[in-house]
Order: sequence, then structure tokens, then C-alpha cells
Amino acid sequence: MRIAIVGFGSVGRGVAEVLMEKRDVLKSYLGDYRVVAVTDSRGGVFDERGLNLKEVLEMKRRGGLPREITSIEVVRDVEFDVCIEVTPTNIEDGEPGLTHIEECLKRGIDVVTSNKGPLVVAFKDLMDLARKNGARLMFEATVGGAMPVVKLAKIDLAGNEIVSVKGILNGTCNYILSRMEKELLPYEIVLEEARELGIAEKDPTYDVEGIDAGAKLVIIANALMGMNAKFRDVERFGITEITPEAFKVALESGYTIRLIAEANRDYLRVSPRLIPVNHPLAIHGTLNALQIETDLAGEVFVIGRGAGSRETASAIISDLVCLSRYSR
Amino acid sequence: MLTMVVELEDKPGQLIRVLEPISRLGGNVISVTHRRDETTPLGRIPVRIAVQIDDSKVDRLIEEIESRGIVIRSYNRIKHTVTTTLLLIGHIIHTDLRDTIDRIDETGFAEVVDMRIIMPELKKPSTAIIKLSALNEEKLRESVRILKEVCMGKGIRVIEPL
Repeated sequence: MRIAIVGFGSVGRGVAEVLMEKRDVLKSYLGDYRVVAVTDSRGGVFDERGLNLKEVLEMKRRGGLPREITSIEVVRDVEFDVCIEVTPTNIEDGEPGLTHIEECLKRGIDVVTSNKGPLVVAFKDLMDLARKNGARLMFEATVGGAMPVVKLAKIDLAGNEIVSVKGILNGTCNYILSRMEKELLPYEIVLEEARELGIAEKDPTYDVEGIDAGAKLVIIANALMGMNAKFRDVERFGITEITPEAFKVALESGYTIRLIAEANRDYLRVSPRLIPVNHPLAIHGTLNALQIETDLAGEVFVIGRGAGSRETASAIISDLVCLSRYSR
Repeated sequence: MLTMVVELEDKPGQLIRVLEPISRLGGNVISVTHRRDETTPLGRIPVRIAVQIDDSKVDRLIEEIESRGIVIRSYNRIKHTVTTTLLLIGHIIHTDLRDTIDRIDETGFAEVVDMRIIMPELKKPSTAIIKLSALNEEKLRESVRILKEVCMGKGIRVIEPL
């Protein structure tokens, strides 16, 4: 299996590390594999005999990849079998990931991605393109990080109809809300704490306004529930207006507040919700969780780490293994 | 659910005369409370009995008990109601709290049954936890919809239950 890693931020590097560290184990699943190209937004390296990932990681650490090849050149011209597309998410137009994925699928090359943008913008088109060209597009890492969602529904729960999903899909918001619940502190103070811990970005809009959770919800609705939803279909409220007093009165009645992403036949919605303190979704910290309601299996509940370099790599590797196993 | 207060003579074997028809009609006695301190001038003791029984059998039960010469002082069926709890954040009081509540109560099928407000500081948004009760799930959803609409017009955020 010849692999190209397009995008070499924290997720791309995490995948490279795992491919290196776990070579012996992964070989039994993937067969002999080599990474023939690694690119980021500025440059990239290429070797058809397989790159030394340790050296590539070292180059990146020391300042950047040499400009031997660009991402576009890789997806258009290089010979390889699977593209790991892990460039940053852009939910406006899906770029640059959208073009990368389209180019690969057109050539019949399988793609594994953690990039929500292309799937939010063009889910159905990409799936059609893949089918037409006999390629496959895997995207476990786009929703819930290491928490199994897509393959859980599509493989383990195959044959079930997914009636609805309700879950916590953004660890940053969950961290902030669960800290507010514990300490009864104002939103601004807990946000500042989250920033210092590296849990929240300097500009936290994408997380706290529910955009990230909304994007994941669109992917889940399309992939698991056969919808053709767009981001604009998501009714969306963030957590910035939640007060410590809200937690106080809620707790007195046995409730807490979490940002819940919900999809069913009637609506897609990301909003703060009152949930009983002993409900399985009343989780703490940066965890993610999803409650899947099915017609045959009833309710299935998953919980796990929704972000992080190695956690996301876990989802990507599982997609790779899945591609390899089922392709034979 | 049916609750009734019957007046029983203060001698052995009276309570069974009430319980027997309840049992025969498939009712389930939830509680029996003797109110000895409220003994009537004729020396009868009011006994409050709560029974879970099929709605369609209530009339027959009342008839049977009365036909045994037992005085039923009062009885009422508690309507099957559903409730939900919501949280409101915003300028709840200065946007005419009474009107907000009235808009639910005037529907006739739902009402605000409980509310608790916390006002942190002057001019800062307050928070309220509010309990709505309605005749059935459908009416409850409708009352939540009305509340959301009223609150949206007043700039109040509604946090719904899961």
C-alpha cells in the first residue's frame, strides 16, 4: 500500500508517528506499506521507494518541509493507493481539501480524511464521485475523534435504521460547561482557563458558537441517516450566554446544561440543553459522547476522546485498515 | 388516578367495605390516610384513599361504594398531565414576566406550574427555571413552542430539555 499524507499539521504528524511506531502490527493488517509523499501548505517531499518518516518529522520540526512537491501535484500526478487528507477544515468552501479529495477520487484513489470541510460542503457529490470511479472515501476522524461513530453505525449496526442521534461533539464546549457546572464560575473566566490549557483557541468562535459541532452533525446526518443536509440546515445556538446562575437553578432541580447536537427526521440542531445530572450525556471534561437511536438495536451509546493528534490518528488508522481488509 | 375522601364509622370492618369494590374493579390502592383529628359531629372519620384505576371504571366504583351506604365526601380524578422543565436566560422580569406566563396559561391546555428566578445584579440577565404542565405530550410540545416564540420576541434564551 502506497500512502500519501496531504496536510502535515498535528493530525498528519500524529498519523506519521503511528505508522512508524506500529509498523510491525499494522503490517499484518495493511500488508507492506510505505508513505511516498508528505505535503503541507508550503511544500512537500516525495520518494516512490518510501520516505523515512522519522526524517520527515524532523524536517518539519526544524522549520518546514522542503519544496520538492506541492499537495496539488501529489493528488494529480503521483502514483499511490491511498490519500490521507488531513488539511485544516474550512466549512465555507471546503478548500483546499475538497480539491485534493476530488482529484484523488477521480483517479480511483481511496481517501481517508479528518477534514470536515469537504464533507460538509459536498457530501453527496463526493460519495457519487467515489462510487463512479470505484474509489472509497473514509471519514471516521471527522466526527468524534477517536470515538467510533461512522463505522459503528455502518458496519457494526449495519441493517439498522438510525432514527436519531443526540450527542456531545465538541470537547471545548463540554469542558467549559462542565467546569461552569462544578465551579459556578462565569463563562469568560472558564474560557480563559480553557485557553491557557490549550483546550480553547485564541478565537474560540468556531467551537463556542456550535459551528464545529454543527459541521459534525451535518456529516452524521448525511452519512448515517441518508440525508442530504447542508450546514445552513442546522439550527444553531452557542454557549456564550450561559450564566453560572443557570447552572445553579438547573442543579437545584437535578439538571445540568450541555451543548447537544441532535439530528432526527424533523430537524438538525446544536443548542445548550437541560439534561438530568445522572443522564449518560452529562459527561465532564473534553470528552465526546453520542447516543444513537436505532430501529432494531434500540439505543446505543458511545463515549470517547473527541480530539487530539493521536486520538484522531486512531480513527484514521482504523479507516486505513478497513480499506485494506475489505478491498481483498 | 382517583383520590376520594370517604366518611367511615369508627368501628371495625368499615374500611374493607370501601376497599373490596376497588379491588374487584382492578384498582390499585396507593394510599389510605385516616384523618382522626377531623372527626365529624356524627363521629365519622374522614379517610382519604388514593387509587390507581382505569378511568372508565371510576363512575361504577363511586356508584358501588355509595350503594353500600358509605358517604363519599369528595372525589376527584387527577387529569393525566405531562410536565417539562425549561431554563430561561435574559431580562425576564423587565420584559413583562406576567405576560410571559399568561401567554401559556391562557392556552387552556397548559400552564406554568412552577418557576424560580435568580437575579444576579441589576441590569444583568436573570435566569429562571420554569415548569410547564399540559394535558398531553402534543399539547406540551405546543406550549413549549409558544413559550419559545414569546421569549424570542423578548430576547430571552430558552434552554430546552433533552
